[in-house]
Amino acid sequence: MRSGCKTTDFRNGFLFSLPWLVGFFLFILYPIIQSLYYSFTDFNLFQAPGFIGLENFRELFTDDLFYKSLYNTLYMTFLGSPVYIVIGLLMAVLLNNKIRGLAFFRTAFYIPYILPIVATALLWVWLLNPVNGLLNMFLRAIHLPAPNWLADPAFTKVSLILIGAWRTGPIMILFLAALQDVPKTLYEAADIDGAGIIRKFFKITLPALTPAILFQVIMQIIVNLQYFTEAYIISGSTDRLNQSVGGPLNSLMFYATYLYQNAFLYLKMGKASAMAWVLFLVAGTLTFIVFKSSKKWVFYGD
Amino acid sequence: MVIKDKKKIFTYIAVSLISIVYLLPFVWLLATSFKSFAEAFSIPPTLLPREFHPENYVEVFRRIPFARYTGNTLLITLSSVVGILISAPMAAFAVSKIKWKGSKFLFPLMIGCMLIPIQVTLVPLYVTFKKMGWIGTYLPLIVPAFLGGGLGGGYYIFLLRQFFLGVPDSLIESAELEGASTRLIYWHIMLPLSKAALITVGIFMFLNTWSDFMGPLIYLTRDTMYTLGIGLQAFLTSHHVEWHLLMAASVLFSIPTLLMFFFAQKYFIEGAKTSGLKF
Repeated sequence: MRSGCKTTDFRNGFLFSLPWLVGFFLFILYPIIQSLYYSFTDFNLFQAPGFIGLENFRELFTDDLFYKSLYNTLYMTFLGSPVYIVIGLLMAVLLNNKIRGLAFFRTAFYIPYILPIVATALLWVWLLNPVNGLLNMFLRAIHLPAPNWLADPAFTKVSLILIGAWRTGPIMILFLAALQDVPKTLYEAADIDGAGIIRKFFKITLPALTPAILFQVIMQIIVNLQYFTEAYIISGSTDRLNQSVGGPLNSLMFYATYLYQNAFLYLKMGKASAMAWVLFLVAGTLTFIVFKSSKKWVFYGD
Repeated sequence: MVIKDKKKIFTYIAVSLISIVYLLPFVWLLATSFKSFAEAFSIPPTLLPREFHPENYVEVFRRIPFARYTGNTLLITLSSVVGILISAPMAAFAVSKIKWKGSKFLFPLMIGCMLIPIQVTLVPLYVTFKKMGWIGTYLPLIVPAFLGGGLGGGYYIFLLRQFFLGVPDSLIESAELEGASTRLIYWHIMLPLSKAALITVGIFMFLNTWSDFMGPLIYLTRDTMYTLGIGLQAFLTSHHVEWHLLMAASVLFSIPTLLMFFFAQKYFIEGAKTSGLKF
């Protein structure tokens, strides 16, 4: 506060931040340091952690399943993210046309996101059922091939991207809000110059959306690197007997599922912590690269 | 004029088609939940049920302890909502309306934590909670909300801070001139003025906790304590899947979130605008 004396302001600021600060030290800072320590040990939950140097990392970098899970996760990140962002953008641009029934269409695009993620995963396992599912019923009706979506390793990750595409409502809302901030005068000026729809999109709309796109790219990287719940539920549905968390031929073994498996099924807490730190570094590097590159492609209007 | 009309018609056709595609899974969900076991597995499948079996919804309660799971989920969810509504506004107030050295580096720290994958804290948190005897209790799922909400808490703080910044300083200054303490100003000016932001935070926290899967999966050990998410997943893996029942259970599981969406849409849109991704 402006008029208060400095020491009371400091005391108040500190007291109001206190719950967050306690939570930060207990649930964030201490665990981050602790997991770095565990990553150099053979910790298994029952014995005190013994220091083994870089053994966990050496084991990881010679582990085929580690690479498989990393590949699957990067597949979702680099293929899923652009697909979701383009779909969200497309829907926002369509809805920004002063159409009647905007509230209805906006709800229709957004509401899949409201469904709890477990319900979403279960619904899609059933929608994608090769024999009794809605999607294959439709594909057969128009004489297209009807793949075994969740059992054929060639289609499992495509199925997950389909589910993700169904949940792009929040991206649409963000872009729609950004679109409404674009000054109308820009479009009017372009109209006078005789610019077409395509030209206006690439010269006005897209540059104006770049700050929102940057935000989405970063969020998508963080979220997709941690991809877990849908994959966990779907692999459980395809392989009920041995409770595999990797799905058909480990095509649904994601980084977070493999880490979960190491930590909580095999109790290899040291190896899981090493995985966590590799993920931390990957996430940090990707975010850093995106931020650095953003100077070249993000335009902040005035 | 003709070009404009063509564009309008194209837009209507496109948004209508997308809406149908996006709503069809809901039709399939509801339709299956009312089908008989035989009809759910009929070949070729039917889109809409030939005969309605609302008793599927009753059967769900007999097949799994659905009422108990609902109670468990509600307990965790409501406690977390209370927790975040206590801790997040306090933190947001400290980094928006109090002039002190800490706010300059605390706020970026709160936001920066959202970029850290939760896996980085997962194992040590589990070990700590185990040492404290909290595994198999609801405490690991509830307590963090009272202390800022962990790695994802920055989102709620950000949302509230945006709102607090909009409250004019003159209001606070005049209260101070009349001798009001900071605590009084927070309680009697900031919070009452920020009802809309508090509701948004409450709703999003409700949805996040209601839908949470990984937390309960790791920390809950006894099936009597399961949440709906874990209970439904167990239903999927332990039985020969009776899809008509599983879909009925999924509908029931989703009703609170859907109701909340319909009754509080404007808060959703506001919250989604601020974040665009998280609930």
